[in-house]
Amino acid sequence: MLAVGVTRGWRSTLGGVGTAAVVLAAFVVVLGPALALIPIDSLRLLVGALLLAFGLQWLRKAILRSSGYKPLHDEAEAFAQERELARGTSRGAGTDWYAFTVAFKGVLLEGLEVTFIVVTFGSTQGRLGLAAAAALAAVILVILGGALIRGPLERVPENSIKFVVGVLLTSFGIFWGAEGAGVTWPGSDLAIPALVAGLALVSVVASRHLRRRRIAAGLAEAHA
Amino acid sequence: MRYLRSFGVFWWDFVVGDDWRVAAGVACALAATVVLVHWGVNAWWLLPAAVVLVLVDSLRRATNGRDPS
Repeated sequence: MLAVGVTRGWRSTLGGVGTAAVVLAAFVVVLGPALALIPIDSLRLLVGALLLAFGLQWLRKAILRSSGYKPLHDEAEAFAQERELARGTSRGAGTDWYAFTVAFKGVLLEGLEVTFIVVTFGSTQGRLGLAAAAALAAVILVILGGALIRGPLERVPENSIKFVVGVLLTSFGIFWGAEGAGVTWPGSDLAIPALVAGLALVSVVASRHLRRRRIAAGLAEAHA
Repeated sequence: MRYLRSFGVFWWDFVVGDDWRVAAGVACALAATVVLVHWGVNAWWLLPAAVVLVLVDSLRRATNGRDPS
């Protein structure tokens, strides 16, 4: 969004951002109450399964990135590529549809993950308003950060954040999925911090092991 | 038809992601937990163990024989 806005102008870019935000808000408003109609155990089973599928995707990617098996997401390079693309595309009179579409698509696709987390966490705990307010606070924080530095958020430790979010999503997925299946957790809600700690430990150990293995393989290849 | 296919691919990618075996493993573990609870076993240990196994297996397959350096 920043790359397109800086290169093509802000009017159409912000139009795309605003339209995507309205679509995402409609998604929360429609899906939130619809989920509340599902019996709580079935809802927890469904939400647990989806959080597990989601969380494990994030965690897997974060471990592969931190161990060097997958390149780290380069925010500065993505910004430069998007800016070059935006510069090379022609522009008609009136609304700049290229800027509108790129901003709309970017915000909608990235926002869908956030919306999903808000709706699932909010509905399972019966606090959709609080979850939506927390997400809104995060959005404002990111926009303020982007506006202040007027560039890509390259200094944000993205992979570390994804690592933590992956651990949290997966842990809550395990907790709610098992509860939805009818399990009674030893220690009740105290099982959540235990799950978070256990999964974090496994993930850190896996990441370090893979990093060591990759370095050893590189050294062996260099000696050969 | 093309839009319908793209829509399906998008949601598959969104929920299942790079490794379908992870999603399948999670679904099997949840189903097994439901069955064990139905038989009177409080199988709280099954899902955490299955998640660790599925994650480790997926990482092993993703990194086997690969060296990006």
